[in-house]
Amino acid sequence: MKDALQVFTRGFVSENPVLKMLLGLCPVLAVTTTAENGLGMGLATTFVLLGSNTVISASAKLLPKTVRIPAYIVVIATFVTIVDLLIKAFSPELNQSLGLFIPLIVVNCMILGRAEAYASKNGIGYSIIDAFGMGFGFTFALLLLSAMREVLGAGTIFNIPLVGEDPKTILVMALPPGAFAGLGFIIAGLNALEKKQKSNA
Amino acid sequence: MQSLSLKVSYAPFVRSTDTIEKVMYNVAIALAPATLLSVYFFGWRALVVHVVAIASCIFFEWVSDLIRKKQTQCLDGSAFVTGLLLGLNVPSSLPIWMVIIGSFVAIVISKQLFGGIGFNIFNPALVARVFLLISFPVEMTNWPIPFSVDMQTAASPLGLLKTDGLEAIAQIDTWRATYGEITGSLGETSVIALLLGAVWLLFKRYITLTIPLSFILSTFAFTGIFYLIDPTTYASPVFHLITGGLILGAFFMATDMVTSPLAFRGQLIFGLGCGLLTAIIRLWGGYPEGVSFAILIMNAFVPLLDNWDLSAERKVKKDQEAKN
Repeated sequence: MKDALQVFTRGFVSENPVLKMLLGLCPVLAVTTTAENGLGMGLATTFVLLGSNTVISASAKLLPKTVRIPAYIVVIATFVTIVDLLIKAFSPELNQSLGLFIPLIVVNCMILGRAEAYASKNGIGYSIIDAFGMGFGFTFALLLLSAMREVLGAGTIFNIPLVGEDPKTILVMALPPGAFAGLGFIIAGLNALEKKQKSNA
Repeated sequence: MQSLSLKVSYAPFVRSTDTIEKVMYNVAIALAPATLLSVYFFGWRALVVHVVAIASCIFFEWVSDLIRKKQTQCLDGSAFVTGLLLGLNVPSSLPIWMVIIGSFVAIVISKQLFGGIGFNIFNPALVARVFLLISFPVEMTNWPIPFSVDMQTAASPLGLLKTDGLEAIAQIDTWRATYGEITGSLGETSVIALLLGAVWLLFKRYITLTIPLSFILSTFAFTGIFYLIDPTTYASPVFHLITGGLILGAFFMATDMVTSPLAFRGQLIFGLGCGLLTAIIRLWGGYPEGVSFAILIMNAFVPLLDNWDLSAERKVKKDQEAKN
């Protein structure tokens, strides 16, 4: 039980895919212009990760070693197609703003990384827990960055204005340089916190 | 037998008396005419912008040193010059909190995060200017008219050229634009005051003519070619020379010791690149002014140019040794 908890929580902090391992940075930098986009992207990726981790850990013993990577990609692509069609059907707005980045979840290296490094070597139960941990960690990082960029770049959060009409905002934060700078500051802040904790302990 | 006592010491053996402080405060002296003239033209508001920019730059330098647990060098003049250049690069009507954000970007993001003085890849004041220009496009292009009491604003000459074409700039008096009674960033309006400062820096040998001349001449030549081809659509090269930030950029920002190449060949290419990019952005770009973008883009090439010059020098030495 303690084991399971550890598998779940490490995706959040100690092995956070975005903030620690710097995996899957393309969507992180590209779609985090608003908190809504960030949350949508994070949940879509979590869903794909959950599906791929489950199927891959179940079928790991059946797959010949030499063709495992193409097989993983086929599994991942299947779930991405499901998510893509679901979002298109139920939330055309989100589909419009996330656009190409939903199909591109196929090549998100975090998902392939978890398949190769974890799901293919562990049981279904732990793989599902791992998918939840990593997926929520990913979503958490995206939400953090996108909320920061939306507040500074547009003066809103989840499209709710924080300060009166026509706020003076730092437009750069909504543009690509803002994504790099924001992510840099978040990672630096996290590292500083961790360092402080270690020196206290 | 008496042993010879030889003292072994490390390079450098040739020492200069120049310290960071000395160089930086000489740059500040060179910028003094343009700064004073900007206060004369744009009034007390210009003075406020200058003071806030300099003070906040020094403050952020002090805070960064504190966080990095370094003995603070916030008064070594480099933060002072960065603040001064930042102030000279913005319109006098810019809200004060935007000036402070600019100082933060200049000192913390583009200088201290790269490792502090001597390690920054891009010119801090220019990074701040471009950051402000992209973030606050309205405030950064609201140019007060010189001597106007109620902060009346107008477009800058280059802005006019971009939006209204050649007819609009026909009424701009060349002599006025040269001594500086035109709209523009605080420090860029007066060509004469800037050249006065440049002469001081050249006299003190803190800069050489390579970068400024290649920068200015290539902009002049490139815009001149298009003027000769079709004078009815392109402005004269003289207009491009005396308006906008060309002189300020060429003498004071492209020549920044940290972010410009070391050897002659590199400096020449750096200057030509800056000039060409400036002309291209001014003639066809989305922004009316291209000096700051041009210098920042060429800043990125500096390590490459330096490396190239260094390896070329090594090769010459090797060939000589092989001959001997």
